Amino acid sequence: MEHIRTPKVEQVRLLDRFSNKSTNGTLYLTATHLIFVESNSNNSTSAGQEVWILHHHIASVEKLSLTTTGCPLVIQCRNFRLVHFVVQRERDCHDIYSSLLRLLRPVSYEELYAFSYNPKQNDQQREEGWQLIDLGAEFERMGVPCDQWQLTDVNRDFKVCETYPRDLYVPITASKPIIVGSSKFRSKGRFPVLTYFYQEKKAAVCRCSQPLSGFSARCLEDESLLQAISKANHNSRFVYVMDTRPKLNALANRAAGKGYENEDNYSNIRFQFVGIENIHVMRTSLQKLLEVIGTRSLSMSDYLVGLESSGWLRHIKAVVDAAIFLTKAVTVEGVSVLVHCSDGWDRTAQVCSLGSLLMDPYYRTIKGFMVLIEKDWISFGHKFADRCDQLDGDPKEVSPIFTQFLECVWQLTEQFPQAFEFSEWFLLQIHEHVHSCQYGNFLGNNQRQREELQLRERTHSLWAFLMSEKQNYLNPFYSPAYADSHPVLAPSTLPYNFKFWRNMYHQFDRSMHPRQSILKTILTLRENSCKAESALQSLESRLQQLGVTPIVTSDPPAPPPTRDQRSSALPPRPDSLILGAPINHKEEHQRQDDDEQEEVGEEATESFDTERTVEGSSGTESRKQSYGELDGTYSSELAKEEPAVVSLEFGVARMTC
Amino acid sequence: MEFAELIKTPRVDGVVLHRPFMPTVEGTLCLTGHHLILSSRQDNTEELWLLHSNIDSIEKRFVGSLGSIIVKCKDLRVIQLDIPGMEECLNIASSIEALSTLDLVSLMYPFFYRPMFEVIEDGWNLFLPEDVFKDLESMTDEWRLSDVNKDFSVCPSYPPLVAVPKDVDDETLKKVATFRHSGRFPVLSYYHKKNGMVMMRAGQPLTGTNGRRCKEDEKLINATLRPGKRGYIIDTRTINVAQQAKARGGGFETEANYPQWRRIHKAIERSNILQESLIKLVEACNDQSHSMDRWLSKLEASNWQTHVKEILTTACLAAQCIDREGASVLVHGTEGTDSTLQVTSLAQIILDPACRTIRGFQGLVEREWLQAGHPFQQRCAQSAYSNSKPRQEAPSFLLFLDCVWQILRQFPCSFEFSESFLVLLFEHAYASQFGTFLGNSTAERTKLSLPEKTVSLWSWVNRPQELERLTNPLFEANSLVIWPSVAPQSLLLWEGVFLRWNRSSRCFDEAYDEMVHIIEYNKELQNKVNSLRRQLAELETEDPLLQTP
Repeated sequence: MEHIRTPKVEQVRLLDRFSNKSTNGTLYLTATHLIFVESNSNNSTSAGQEVWILHHHIASVEKLSLTTTGCPLVIQCRNFRLVHFVVQRERDCHDIYSSLLRLLRPVSYEELYAFSYNPKQNDQQREEGWQLIDLGAEFERMGVPCDQWQLTDVNRDFKVCETYPRDLYVPITASKPIIVGSSKFRSKGRFPVLTYFYQEKKAAVCRCSQPLSGFSARCLEDESLLQAISKANHNSRFVYVMDTRPKLNALANRAAGKGYENEDNYSNIRFQFVGIENIHVMRTSLQKLLEVIGTRSLSMSDYLVGLESSGWLRHIKAVVDAAIFLTKAVTVEGVSVLVHCSDGWDRTAQVCSLGSLLMDPYYRTIKGFMVLIEKDWISFGHKFADRCDQLDGDPKEVSPIFTQFLECVWQLTEQFPQAFEFSEWFLLQIHEHVHSCQYGNFLGNNQRQREELQLRERTHSLWAFLMSEKQNYLNPFYSPAYADSHPVLAPSTLPYNFKFWRNMYHQFDRSMHPRQSILKTILTLRENSCKAESALQSLESRLQQLGVTPIVTSDPPAPPPTRDQRSSALPPRPDSLILGAPINHKEEHQRQDDDEQEEVGEEATESFDTERTVEGSSGTESRKQSYGELDGTYSSELAKEEPAVVSLEFGVARMTC
Repeated sequence: MEFAELIKTPRVDGVVLHRPFMPTVEGTLCLTGHHLILSSRQDNTEELWLLHSNIDSIEKRFVGSLGSIIVKCKDLRVIQLDIPGMEECLNIASSIEALSTLDLVSLMYPFFYRPMFEVIEDGWNLFLPEDVFKDLESMTDEWRLSDVNKDFSVCPSYPPLVAVPKDVDDETLKKVATFRHSGRFPVLSYYHKKNGMVMMRAGQPLTGTNGRRCKEDEKLINATLRPGKRGYIIDTRTINVAQQAKARGGGFETEANYPQWRRIHKAIERSNILQESLIKLVEACNDQSHSMDRWLSKLEASNWQTHVKEILTTACLAAQCIDREGASVLVHGTEGTDSTLQVTSLAQIILDPACRTIRGFQGLVEREWLQAGHPFQQRCAQSAYSNSKPRQEAPSFLLFLDCVWQILRQFPCSFEFSESFLVLLFEHAYASQFGTFLGNSTAERTKLSLPEKTVSLWSWVNRPQELERLTNPLFEANSLVIWPSVAPQSLLLWEGVFLRWNRSSRCFDEAYDEMVHIIEYNKELQNKVNSLRRQLAELETEDPLLQTP
């Protein structure tokens, strides 16, 4: 709190990013959030809009030079929200600015929100939350340990590799000396270990970091470990070694004593580069993309040219292509694959996890997806703290690697609408919390660090929270039967299959979104059906009590083909974005907390049909407002107004945060 | 002329058909006067029936004595026929070429087609101007229906009956017609019930380089303004293009002569540029290259999405002037038969909920495209695969449908029809068994006696089984004005048309079915709940003792 000089500033204007609209309100600065509350303006009947911004979400704060209307403060967030305030007094602006600068760059983990966040749970609930995902059980599900793969305790104390988890799975034939030897020959000690086992063909997906081969060095233990991986799969006489880097990068690494496997030294490997760019290229690419799409009155041509020159979708496609290569090798050829990049925690994590998702329908369920992230990202040491800039660190370490992974998954959900149990909202929510530092899961860079921080004892688990609102994240089109007919997904990666993910990068720019959402409508209908089912039951039993047979056939209607637990009512949708669900959930939801029992016999038929409001259609209210706005411009240069601005203005009936 | 003359080989056995994402079919190929038919003569494989008029172009390839004909259709589908025997293949190819490029309208299939269904409502009589005017009369008495064009002499591309301001007589109209491109004097396009504002459309004024003026023209359009009110003229061309038009006798309304009107120029491209854009877009979509950069730069270079954005933006602007600004609007471009109609029809989609129903949309297409004289015959003669030099072809109507689809995507619950209705209209505009899109104007359609000799598309569409297929299950009447976003990030490539044949639609269809199922299940449940409630309520009124405490 000592950093907060001015907790409250009045008369602040919030400018809309893409139109000339603005709202007046008050800015509050708390220990965890920056909050903007719209003042109840003259003619708006609705409650003022509120914008809550968690300090950890702020990527940058910029104070622009003073204008006649005040001092502009531009805040860019990691969840792609961009807010532009104008503070009347320069001094207030400066106070907020300097407080934020301090607040958004915590220097120690203890300052992170997760350590103070308290969702009113007792210790037991917290403990249960952390036990939700069990990686040991996950490897068992895959069929490991088995006659070829075993759990090794070599890293029990993080001695061999401090960025790996304690429990690791290796071929039965790989002895401890081999492992230790190999680890010394691999960057950061990240020796080859199992991450996914494809039971059907007994083929393994293994991961590691680059070998310290330089121009000629070799390591017999490393060679035997690869040999052991190969031998563990009787279906194939060789293993693929996938270096996910562009060849040029790998070559350059040789000069630094690193590099890639020499096929001559390793018996039975087939070496392959796949050409995913490094974290720096990805960071710059996203920056370019955001710059382009943040332009006001963007023309179609500039948009498409910008999309191309940012390279973002090219990178996304490269990751998916690599995952497909991996999947084909394992599921079609039945060959084990060893995946690495430089350190084996960025591109390797992307490719291994995406590949597993394509191979195994389990990872396309809500629980399975959590397990997948826990396994390939959290436990194998993707450096969340560095990549997501949790503490004031090296800006060159920051990179949207995990965001890319989520986007790849989204692109797949677009191609396979029935294959995933979760909807886009789930991905958005995970992204939100990877950066929020509200839950302990993603804090730190590796398991060892997390243990030191005692996260399990001191923070809460995101997975438990997400699981508790699972209903919100369901994909209504999900068909578990699809997994039986399509256990392995074979997406097309022709370029036109990759689309710009508007709901991620323009999550908070409501004017860009469809005004009515099919997903939301269908979820609401499902919710209604749910209520109707229980109403039907109670009506029937009431009629039976009265000794009457209901006129309609008492058989319930043919159950819908969806197989979710529809018996339990949906938990209320969270109403704060930061504390709750992504933006789509936030929209006010007409719900009747009606007790069906009491309504029986009353004229409740009407109220039962949930009202549907049409968002974005102009109500009388907003129409009147813009009348006034436009009268003034009648004689001015309406013709000059840029197209996007013209109708964007009119696209938004009422802006909520 | 006999079709038989053109058919050298009417039948070939052992032909193999390749279609994207479908199993190959081997069977007998037959050529008739209007169709290319491939039948496997097995019970459960479907046959291919392809209208010759749907064929945009063909390519021949030979490997030894096996010939292949690649047939590229106007609906953008590409199929391949492997034909054994070089001579047969050449014969078939030349017959297809001849039959698919017949110029004479009266030889077109609609004149030979006999419906296999019972016509419940004759589509030719559904949207007559006199009936449409009755609705207008019930709202306002400021307009009259003029028959000045009854013999199509004043404006060849207008219907015999048009709505004009009440105070303007036919003589004035004739004079105005001489001052407007192709005689297209300003007529009523849309009356906004909410505030009485109107949208008119016309051809460009023929001011020429010496600034000709026409008092009658000024009088006519001023007659649509309420006292003290001003209006907007939306010229769909840029100011430069409009200036250049002066040299060819065209031009635009100057402030001096039309002081009560404010002119806004937009930048909707002319038809030949749009056709080129379509060709480039389709080429990009069929490119199997894996390079992302190549795809995006080709998509950009096609400019298709730019056109979509520009047309939508202009339509939003027109709608905005009428609804927000409370001003009347006159829309024109050059001829007033392409970009003008795109704008006036889309503005109505935005403003008028009635146009978002199946019936209302048919009426809109009928009023603002067919009767308004969009030259369908010329514009849709060739599509994206044509090898011949485009003459007057242009995807104006397809662009309009694309824009409607964009709005539909943004308001998925506000339209009674689904995407398939738009795709259907696209297909039938280019090739059809129905007479609706034949001819270039009402005059031509009358001359061809289309209503007597052919079946209307609407007769077919407005049958319960078709309607069911075209209905949007999410539809819930929305009486409001709907303002779409026109930001580039909000506009998408219309995959249902442009990528339709490049991917399997199976999982999308299944997801759609699932959606329909969820909706229907919910309806069924609600009905049951309601009827049980009624039953209970009746019991309780009969016996008050039963009432719940």
